[in-house]
Amino acid sequence: MSRYLPNPEEKIVPDGAVRKRSIIAFSMFILLLVGGALLFARLYNEPQSANNVQPTLRKGLKANERLFSLFYSKHREAKSFTKDDAVKKVRVNGDVGMDGTLDTTWRLKVARNPGDTLMLTMDDLKKLPKTEVVFDFKCVEGWSQVTWWGGVRFSDFLKAYNLAPQTGLKYVGMITPDETYYVGNDMPSMLQPQTLLAYEMNGQPLPQNQGYPLRLIIPVKYGIKHLKRIGVMYFSNDKPKDYWAEQGYDYYAGL
Amino acid sequence: MKKIVKKHPLAIRWFHWVNFPVLTVMIWSGLLIYWANDIYRLGWGDKTLLKFFPQSVYDALHVPFHLSTGMAFHFFFMWFFFINGILYVLYTIFSGEWRYLLPEKSSFKEAWQVVLHDLHLRKTAPPQVKYNAAQRVAYSAIIVMGAGSIITGLAIYKPVQLHWLCALCGGYEFARIIHFALTIGYVLFFILHIVQVILAGWNNFQAMVTGFEVEQIVEVEEPVPVQPEPIAPIETTEP
Repeated sequence: MSRYLPNPEEKIVPDGAVRKRSIIAFSMFILLLVGGALLFARLYNEPQSANNVQPTLRKGLKANERLFSLFYSKHREAKSFTKDDAVKKVRVNGDVGMDGTLDTTWRLKVARNPGDTLMLTMDDLKKLPKTEVVFDFKCVEGWSQVTWWGGVRFSDFLKAYNLAPQTGLKYVGMITPDETYYVGNDMPSMLQPQTLLAYEMNGQPLPQNQGYPLRLIIPVKYGIKHLKRIGVMYFSNDKPKDYWAEQGYDYYAGL
Repeated sequence: MKKIVKKHPLAIRWFHWVNFPVLTVMIWSGLLIYWANDIYRLGWGDKTLLKFFPQSVYDALHVPFHLSTGMAFHFFFMWFFFINGILYVLYTIFSGEWRYLLPEKSSFKEAWQVVLHDLHLRKTAPPQVKYNAAQRVAYSAIIVMGAGSIITGLAIYKPVQLHWLCALCGGYEFARIIHFALTIGYVLFFILHIVQVILAGWNNFQAMVTGFEVEQIVEVEEPVPVQPEPIAPIETTEP
């Protein structure tokens, strides 16, 4: 041994004292083990309310959201890639709200205020400046793909339609035309410059299964938040309904 | 009379026994997450030696195929894993326990001798104080692995917000691979640890609960000449 190490402390004690100390230590040990197991069982078996997750764990997800929101900055962008990096075969992973095909009668309904709903056509949106984003799209399942999207930057869209007052609200909600898929995203994430109302993928109009005619691309969130086929958009201080949050996923889902 | 020798301080016993179930929950919930996109394998080209994981593993462990459950548990228990790990490291630093745990210059060479000794390929084991050289290497490595899990975990969890960390880990996909490999490492560590604990015997194991090892006192006594017993008066039993 190169280094000085104190000798372990030694004591001579009667046999009975050793037995007594061992029994106390093991009793405590077993008690704590059983206590821990009971606590875990209680947590695991907590009645799951409407949103398919133990209420304590939901609190945990919300606490994480609060913590990481403190450090959120809309100026922090997801890593950009070149168009050559983008995959040609883009994975299609969800079809909720995508029954049938849409045609030119589609309108984007923007509920600006109660009783004041904008009805926009694809041409209205295409008149606005186009922004392209190539980023690593990430799914909660664990896979990711570099994909290339084009459309209107959400913050440009708000400016163009005088929706600045709405940015004072906390959330933007979106619903598919058939109302079966719906998401809510917090305003700071919506105002991040890579968030698009996308109408192109790989330089071509969106395919039907990728959300034709218009979908959300929000690179600071998992894929579950990138709603395909936007029908209605609204603004709210209350959390908008969210399909996957109802299935037990984190509402925030921020990356 | 018996001699007891202090071995593990109370704090270390707490950290050890808190970590065990917490890490188990992290591995279990991690498996629930991994299941959703289980693409890792050992092999080359089209040849797969070992798929992570064969269906039989999921069946045996009753993996409920609930990605959301896995995520909710993982992002809850990560805090216990993190805090317990930090406290352990701080404790070993400030108590001086690190002296028994950190490998020394000679430890890496000696660790090999310990392995040979344990495999009965060498007669003598190198001298040691509390932990042998192989233990020093293993118990320090597991802390480095823990730090690695936290760093790669954060990189996967917030790859945009902590983009610099994600880049440090070699990007999102590579961070995931390291995170997964470390977990396999814990399982292998666990198996080896259990085997060694069983081989080391009860006295060693119980020290992780009681804190001390018990040693028989070997008394070197002068041989006493045998004398005929004196005749004692018959005692009456006391009331």
